[in-house]
Amino acid sequence: MSFPWANQYAPKNPFMKWMDERLPLPRLVYNAVGAGYPVPRNLNYFWNFGVLAGAALGIQIITGIILAMHYAANGAIAFDSVEHIMRDVNSGWMLRYAHATGASFFFIVVYLHIFRGLYYGSYKAPREMVWLLGLVIYLLMMATGFMGYVLPWGQMSFWGAKVITGLFSAIPVVGTPIQTWLLGGFAPDNAALNRFFSLHYLLPFVIAGVIILHIWALHIPGSSNPTGIEVKGPQDTLPFHPYYTAKDGFGLGVFLILYTLVLFYAPNALGHPDNYIPANPLSTPAHIVPEWYYWPFYAILRAFTSDFILPAKLWGVLAMFSAILLLFILPWLDKSPVRSGNYRPAFKKFFWLLVADVLVLGYCGGSPAEEPYVMISQLAAAYYFAHFLIILPIVSRMERPLPLPNSITEAVLEKHGEATA
Amino acid sequence: MVRPIAFLAGLGFVFVLLFSLVNGAVAYISEPPKPTVEHEFHLHPKEVHFASDGALGKFDLQQLQRGFQVYKEVCSACHSLNQVAFRDLEHIGFTGPEVKAIAKNWAIEVPSINPATGEPATRKATPADKFPSPYANEVAGRAANNNALPPDLSLMTKARHDGPAYVYSLLTGYAAQEGYKNDAGKELLKEFPDAKTSPMLHFNPYFANLNIAMPPPLVADGQVSYADGTPATVDQMAKDVAAFLVWTAEPKLQTRHEVGLWFTLYLLLATALAFMAYRNIWSRVKH
Ligand code: HEC
Ligand code: HEM
Repeated sequence: MSFPWANQYAPKNPFMKWMDERLPLPRLVYNAVGAGYPVPRNLNYFWNFGVLAGAALGIQIITGIILAMHYAANGAIAFDSVEHIMRDVNSGWMLRYAHATGASFFFIVVYLHIFRGLYYGSYKAPREMVWLLGLVIYLLMMATGFMGYVLPWGQMSFWGAKVITGLFSAIPVVGTPIQTWLLGGFAPDNAALNRFFSLHYLLPFVIAGVIILHIWALHIPGSSNPTGIEVKGPQDTLPFHPYYTAKDGFGLGVFLILYTLVLFYAPNALGHPDNYIPANPLSTPAHIVPEWYYWPFYAILRAFTSDFILPAKLWGVLAMFSAILLLFILPWLDKSPVRSGNYRPAFKKFFWLLVADVLVLGYCGGSPAEEPYVMISQLAAAYYFAHFLIILPIVSRMERPLPLPNSITEAVLEKHGEATA
Repeated sequence: MVRPIAFLAGLGFVFVLLFSLVNGAVAYISEPPKPTVEHEFHLHPKEVHFASDGALGKFDLQQLQRGFQVYKEVCSACHSLNQVAFRDLEHIGFTGPEVKAIAKNWAIEVPSINPATGEPATRKATPADKFPSPYANEVAGRAANNNALPPDLSLMTKARHDGPAYVYSLLTGYAAQEGYKNDAGKELLKEFPDAKTSPMLHFNPYFANLNIAMPPPLVADGQVSYADGTPATVDQMAKDVAAFLVWTAEPKLQTRHEVGLWFTLYLLLATALAFMAYRNIWSRVKH
């Protein structure tokens, strides 16, 4: 961060001085998340979710490492080893529920974090790279969550793995060989379970690495803020510590309370009962559904029911991947110079329509593939693509934004009914 | 360049989706899906309450012991509990010597090896053994049950929606199919003459496909005699065994409720302090 008025790190005690000359790690921390990082003074609670996502990743890594000490990635005993953790390992039930519920909470905070970015236009210049790296994190999270759900080797683990890897078989010619290659066999079995465990252990650390890049990229321009106007001077910012450390501390408390309530009082509410039945390749569950955080995309996948030049299944797979990948070009689709949705009346309406649309898609994705859910997902999926690929580019050209305040400080003082001095 | 390509791709997806929608709608109107017998006659589990329900729920040890008795005298003839060991019974109020006796007298022996010949054999259970299946393997289990396999019951109450209520409803839900009507007054065999339950199966509207291979296990009041004097009605036995299966599926449930309370209280306090610290620090600036 290069704001000239940022606090400078000045080690006082001799040890820290000695350290600073040899390995300036404390300086790095000071400048990244300490008093040396100036942050807009007007951030609202939606700016808490990045730190919360980091906390969730920490929880997943810690609980995951301990679970791995007792888990056995072998098709014959994986299911029983999870029950062994639940019953015999000291506090094992708590670890496992913390990890399973933690995955859901990780996605909840990341979804809020992403929608914050969508509403406040955080993806726009000069923060495109922050956005792109965020999307890379999101893709890695999806892969990690999917492979984690396979590990308990219950019915949904097995059939979920089969259906999701089966998507690749929609690719013409090379599809089926690719599926076989991914699974290490014709159906999910030991080879698949083992490689999924290996990758499930690896990817969170890759995520941690990409988060470092994400925050590095963020700290070049600095955080955006609810007005979307860039910082103009010292009066617009506050040092991260103690102001935002205190605010994030409070946010973390609220997050942990909600997480605890689900962990201890409804730990299976977000899961599927079929996963308490051991995997059985000979018995297909009545409804195969992935975890809730994939439901919107699962609905898009299943919304394509008619062949049109390409087979319907291939359309579904293409659309599902496009639905995520199109977010990578979002900064170049929405060219409105105004960032924040607060000052974009038309954009704002479409934004809330998109939120409703994604919720509808999610609901349909979790429901059986029958009417009326299929028709509803077709409409909702059509809006999803239209929103990003057609409506946003047009709106950003036609819309007349509301007048922007001159500075962050002016917006703050206006809120308090005072004029700028 | 990005936007024209995106625009075309968007139109493409929207077009194919609406094409699918129109095809689906036409099919739906020209050939409306026929109502299925499961759709019309399958019942949601009955309302039923257990001591372990709710955030402060605790196990009722008396009830778990009665439920164990039902399992032992009725269900264990067909169902194993392969996640639960005899010695786990100490957690529901049996003493060490009682558990030893229960294991030793268990009607079904556990697989072992003849120490003299190495041939497969069976031996009496010990407290460290899990509740065994009466069948040597899946084939034997199916052969004895009209080709259906009695599932292991350890996790049953977590492996079905509304688990304990489902088990209770299933056990008390057998009905005569002849003349059976649903709440809307429709008679099943009149509406769906083809849906007649085969003689090998048993009609039960709480089971997903309405026809279960398990013969009604609880048929008469007094089928077991409870030591604590509770009248052993079919309803009571069904509730008790469902409560017992809540414990087998989640033996740590009560601990979880208790530990959760401390976590919640601690976090409430910590968060209140964090909130005050936050307000205090920010009191000096407008934001
Ligand atoms: C005569 C053998 C027999 C006895 C005794 C028996 N069951 Fe079953 N049970 C079965 C069979 C066979 C099935 C599989 C039914 C099917 O898949 O159609 C089954 C299935 C079940 C199911 C699973 C239903 C589902 O949703 O898949 C439950 C729960 C169950 N039994 C509970 C009990 C309980 C509790 C008792 C004791 C009160 C008991 N059973 C006694 C044979 C038995
Ligand atoms: C493990 C997951 C993630 C972690 C730990 C993380 C962490 C953070 C942190 C600490 C911040 C600064 C605080 C804040 O603005 O909330 C931030 C900002 C941001 N993140 Fe993430 N993030 C994650 C995932 C994502 C994803 C999936 C996206 C989008 C696809 C994303 C997009 C952004 C953007 C655009 C900003 C800048 C916001 C602004 O300044 O207005 N992040 N992230």
